[in-house]
Amino acid sequence: MTAPVLILGATSDMGRAIAHRFAAQGYPIQLAARQVSRLEADKADLQIRYGVAVSLHEFDVLAVETHASFIQELPEQPAIVICVVGFMPDQKACEQDLSLALEVMRTNYEGPAVILSLFANVFEQRGFGTLVGISSVAGERGRASNYFYGSAKAGFTAFLSGLRHRLAQSGVQTLTVLPGYVHTRMTEGMKLPPLLTAQPQEVANAIFSAIEKKKDVIYVRPIWRWIMVVIRWLPEPLFKRLSL
Amino acid sequence: MSSPITHRGYLQQLCGWGRYPVQPCHVYCPRSESEILQLLNSGLPLIARGNGRAYGDSALNGKATLQMRHFNRLLGFNPQTGQLIAEAGVLLADILELFVPRGWFPLITPGTKFVTVGGMIAADVHGKNHHKEGSFVQSLDWLDLLTTGGQIHRCSPSENRDLFYWTVGGMGLTGVILRAAFRLRPIETAWIRQTTRIAKNLDEVINLFEAAQDVTYSVAWIDCLAVGSQLGRSVVMLGEHATREELPAKYRQRPRRTPRRRKLSIPVDFPNGALNALTVRAFNQLYFLNQQRKAGQSFVDWDTFFYPLDSLLGWNRIYGRRGFVQFQCVLPLRTAREGLSELLHCTSAAGAGSFLAVLKQLGDQQGYFSFPMAGYTLALDFPVSQRTFKVLDQLEEITLHYGGRFYLAKDSHLTPMCLRKSDSRVERFVQVRNAHQWNVHFASEQSKRLNL
Repeated sequence: MTAPVLILGATSDMGRAIAHRFAAQGYPIQLAARQVSRLEADKADLQIRYGVAVSLHEFDVLAVETHASFIQELPEQPAIVICVVGFMPDQKACEQDLSLALEVMRTNYEGPAVILSLFANVFEQRGFGTLVGISSVAGERGRASNYFYGSAKAGFTAFLSGLRHRLAQSGVQTLTVLPGYVHTRMTEGMKLPPLLTAQPQEVANAIFSAIEKKKDVIYVRPIWRWIMVVIRWLPEPLFKRLSL
Repeated sequence: MSSPITHRGYLQQLCGWGRYPVQPCHVYCPRSESEILQLLNSGLPLIARGNGRAYGDSALNGKATLQMRHFNRLLGFNPQTGQLIAEAGVLLADILELFVPRGWFPLITPGTKFVTVGGMIAADVHGKNHHKEGSFVQSLDWLDLLTTGGQIHRCSPSENRDLFYWTVGGMGLTGVILRAAFRLRPIETAWIRQTTRIAKNLDEVINLFEAAQDVTYSVAWIDCLAVGSQLGRSVVMLGEHATREELPAKYRQRPRRTPRRRKLSIPVDFPNGALNALTVRAFNQLYFLNQQRKAGQSFVDWDTFFYPLDSLLGWNRIYGRRGFVQFQCVLPLRTAREGLSELLHCTSAAGAGSFLAVLKQLGDQQGYFSFPMAGYTLALDFPVSQRTFKVLDQLEEITLHYGGRFYLAKDSHLTPMCLRKSDSRVERFVQVRNAHQWNVHFASEQSKRLNL
């Protein structure tokens, strides 16, 4: 009997796709999100399709003081934790309403970093496990169009990198996932270039194989690696003039 | 996280499977019932959309098209009764992939598996077994409908009976179908024992159908360019679910596994006019000869038997960028021979030969507004052009003359007058819609065109 996969942010499109990918492989699934009632249908769905055990867990990424008890109350410690939590409202709205901006920063950085830190301690002691953080290419350079979101993701990427460094000798894998554009609720209605835009299932497949291959950092679509090389190395005076 | 963003629709050029008409639509992709509810409460008349397999404008609404594909979960399965409970956006293809290996098959299936549960109910689809087992409603135990006022009604033949029978075949105009329970049939194998017969003309086809009343599945492919004494020459395919014992030894070991079919994609639009009388004639001739060679009994996997065109992904592109229209009518038994012959005459005379012409026998109907009636249904498709519309006008006239009616899931051309002449149930449907204010909340480009 394999230990389960825990998905934090399971009501999201990516979270759902990831749950299907791992359930199809026979993993028991733990789904966690704020409104657990919204996951009842997913639970039935995963059970009927794949015949795996599925459990539901209330989880609020912003309520960091509850994270330790969340972990303690899990019926079984997961083999793999995947943090899909993310929040990207309109940048302009954030500039006007700093409480919204704060929520972006806390949801994309503080909350995920706290919960994964706590799991890291458990996994390190145990000597095995996989921690997966879905970060973003937006974290690789701040841009006018989404720097609240981008800066929080930058923090999360750096956090994952540090965590991986710390856990390198412990038998615990830390995987950073940089999806690029994905067709999800977050990007709905945006004009996205098809070549650069993945489906949630692609993200799920990429994560699954990256875990098998013990990877550290993956771009879901490889072309993003090169795009980001260029964007990172553009000199600031030039970068300032571009509308990105 | 945080409060879910609602009401964020986006503008998209949308069309049905026939790629005609194309219409800019505000598309909404809700993830939860409360989001649908909010949209409903905003007062926009909306239409639910599944996988966009209706041919015309049935699932388009410029103001608000509700994309239901995120409601794609299976909620329950009872292995004693074969009852499956599924959300409206579940694809039939997913159900088949999952349940055929487990020994189950839908009681009723249309000719493509790329349809959603909600779509099958809204069009009350029929299959090759309609003459014997009826349309989708026959397999439907209940459905949950979100309707005017934001109420969710459980509808079945015993509960909210009228709403149930108006919704089945109601083209999404009574509310938003959220989920449904319907039955699958147990199958021993994934194979169909197929008997292929050749009919030299229309009379022979109909005689073959009449003689095959007890056969579960029957369908005919008509060479609709054949003329004179050959008018209506057809390949008739009859099928039964094969039992394990009937199967050839090589399949018997794993009777519910079938080889995966190779999928071909049509990567680009064919040039307009690539399908002309000449190429269609050549295709029909080849197909006919090929089938003639295969006449007799054979074992065919379920995918090939039920969904022959699905292996050609994007086959609608064959008709070029302008798209195509499908014409499907049903003629009552008493006028079928005469009426069909006139429809085929009209088609072949116009030289507007259809790539695909399918003839099926239909049985009686239960839904208040469903398409089928006891008789014969003919489906033809034509590339969009001014000439095609003239042919359609003629075909519609003939259908009216012989007391037939039209399949709304295929339609993009009918007029309000023509629809009303064909179907005395239309006025009642409109009355009920007005009385319950369904017309305020639910509308499609089709319902606007047809004054439904």
